[in-house]
Amino acid sequence: MLGFSRKTEQGVKRTREAWWGRVVNLFDRPDVGDELWEELEELLVSADVGVSTTARLIELLKVRVRKENIQEPDRIRNALKEEIVAILTVEGAEPFPLKNGGVCVILVVGVNGVGKTTSIAKLAHSLKAQGRSVMLAAGDTFRAAAIDQLKVWGERLKVPVIAHQPGGDPAAVVYDAVETAIKNADFVIADTAGRLHTKFNLMEELKKIKRVASKAGVEPQVLLVLDATTGQNGLSQARYFTEAVDVTGIFLAKLDSTAKGGIVLAICDELKIPILYIGTGQELEDLAPFSPGDFVEALFAAGS
Amino acid sequence: MFESLSDKLGGVFKRLSGKGKLTEEDVDEALREVRLALLEADVNFKVVKDFIGRVRERAIGTDVLESLTAAHQVIKIVRDELVITLGSGYQKIECAAQPPTVILIVGLQGSGKTTTSAKLALHLRRGGQRPLMVAADPYRPAAREQLVVLGKQLDIPVYSEGTTTLSICNNAMKRAGEIAASTVIIDTAGRLNIDEELMAELRELVKKLHPTEVLLVADAMTGQEAVSIAEEFNAASGLTGVILSKMDGDARGGAALSITSVTGVPIKFIGTGEKTDALEPFYPDRVATRILGMGDVLSFIDKVETASDEQKRQELERKIRRGTFDLEDFLEQLHEIRKMGPLSQLMELVPGMSALAKKLPQGADEKQMKKVEAIIFSMTPEERRNPEIIDGSRRRRIARGSGTTPQDVNQLLNQHKQVQKLMKRLGSGKKLAAMFGLR
Repeated sequence: MLGFSRKTEQGVKRTREAWWGRVVNLFDRPDVGDELWEELEELLVSADVGVSTTARLIELLKVRVRKENIQEPDRIRNALKEEIVAILTVEGAEPFPLKNGGVCVILVVGVNGVGKTTSIAKLAHSLKAQGRSVMLAAGDTFRAAAIDQLKVWGERLKVPVIAHQPGGDPAAVVYDAVETAIKNADFVIADTAGRLHTKFNLMEELKKIKRVASKAGVEPQVLLVLDATTGQNGLSQARYFTEAVDVTGIFLAKLDSTAKGGIVLAICDELKIPILYIGTGQELEDLAPFSPGDFVEALFAAGS
Repeated sequence: MFESLSDKLGGVFKRLSGKGKLTEEDVDEALREVRLALLEADVNFKVVKDFIGRVRERAIGTDVLESLTAAHQVIKIVRDELVITLGSGYQKIECAAQPPTVILIVGLQGSGKTTTSAKLALHLRRGGQRPLMVAADPYRPAAREQLVVLGKQLDIPVYSEGTTTLSICNNAMKRAGEIAASTVIIDTAGRLNIDEELMAELRELVKKLHPTEVLLVADAMTGQEAVSIAEEFNAASGLTGVILSKMDGDARGGAALSITSVTGVPIKFIGTGEKTDALEPFYPDRVATRILGMGDVLSFIDKVETASDEQKRQELERKIRRGTFDLEDFLEQLHEIRKMGPLSQLMELVPGMSALAKKLPQGADEKQMKKVEAIIFSMTPEERRNPEIIDGSRRRRIARGSGTTPQDVNQLLNQHKQVQKLMKRLGSGKKLAAMFGLR
């Protein structure tokens, strides 16, 4: 997978330049003091890392500084790197392994406007590039022209799109797609309508889609798309969607558009849901499997 | 939407108002909690810092700490500062002197521009305008179709012919003239605030179209980045307002505070649902009260709790729930309230009662209280339980007996009626029941 770490670098370019660079530079000082911790807290919180994860991270570092008798700020920088990698390393972070010969069904969910459809296109493109056959299911039957949008992508990517009428039953669309794909494709990627995680009925609908889709014989994987510009509400989204449909992993979209994106730390820290992919730009190719090591290296690359 | 924040602040102030006198340390402790709550609500770090600084200065710099009701004072300061930060009153959509009024809708991808454009068009048509919607997004697949479908649903014309954003807009302006549209709502493509090419396109659009309104659609769930997004869009296109979308979720909406305080651009509307009529005007004072509303009620209840004993409290709660809060209870509550501090301040803590509190002349509340007491004491027990039976002759008798005028008696009866209504309203809500631990 040549070039993924470079894509990761490109994806976090802005984060690194606008914000992370300041964290990195923070340690270019002669000694460790309260001021350093305060500034680190400020930087982490203003990167959407969240109050509690920030506090935990700083506490971990302070303990290490004491135990390992660290005096040089530069070594704290390395410790910080290690701790962040540790937080981001969550079990089960395997991007959708293909079970021997069977079809893999990926249900793509998320709140409105996070970039589900574009992320689906990127994922389909990437899987095709790996020689897999892909089929799309137009499960967003609610939003105006959502089906058309997916069909346009289908044409561009030359992958079949299974669609019903606008206003139709999304569960039926996904079921049809899975049934068709069992004979004809390796992957089914199913779009769903954007829904706020607090809407009871819409979350029930999502449960139904998953239930019905699994009746076609394959238990769907659930990919939650999160907008990297989201703040602490991202935690709430991840929590509710996991409660409803047991999220397999997260697609962090629009990472290139934010200078922050720290919410992923909070989510990995508090909910232990793995990040599987990151969206690193506006082009179809701009997707990378998430690697905590690459990610953190990319963040720290600039200032060091 | 703001409930989690108000819950948090409510918790802070509940602890704070348990004490009579506050030390500087108390204030600092409370403000630390306020700070955390605001940060968790995604209010920008710098905004929080300034905000806390202002509140602290006002809370500690004055003789507030000497006052017995310091907790209330701090609450009031926090609320006042929230209102100031949020802006100054409901801002309408401006109309151009020479129609059509051009409204440019801008924002990041996925912030909800297209849905908001349709909502705004519907809102303006209900206000007597003839809107034309323009799908000026030649980039995203099926973006035009989305607006066309919405236009059909609402029976509002949509224009989308052209190859570039500018040509679509120019053609649309011609069409607006032909169909005599009074407002042209231009739904632009989503763009990153750091995408120089597209931001240049936006600058060009503003230069050529001279829009009366440039509205930024901002996602209520946005994190710390909200400030730079608003700042950069403002720099490129001279924003006249912000529409905060997706406020029907559980986002605490800290972005609202951040954007207004850093750019000074007012929030004009909030989007509260997926349906095309889910657009509400943004009232800063209402939202600030909403942020603190629960906290205020909580601290009032807290006061009632500390001042009256458990049994009486349960009795009161039963009455509130049944809506039978008579003048005897009113009198008893007045006695309880007198144990708690000046009446006007307490009244101000209860939503809907602040207007009443303002009617009381400054410093006269103790006198007023005595008067109220005298009036109620001059009533028969039956009259206290059943104030409806008080007619003209009874009123004159009560006035004579209490050394007041029939107008005073009337005023009291009206006040009681208002309180009763309020109690009923509160009592029917789940919130009050929850507050009393009666889910």
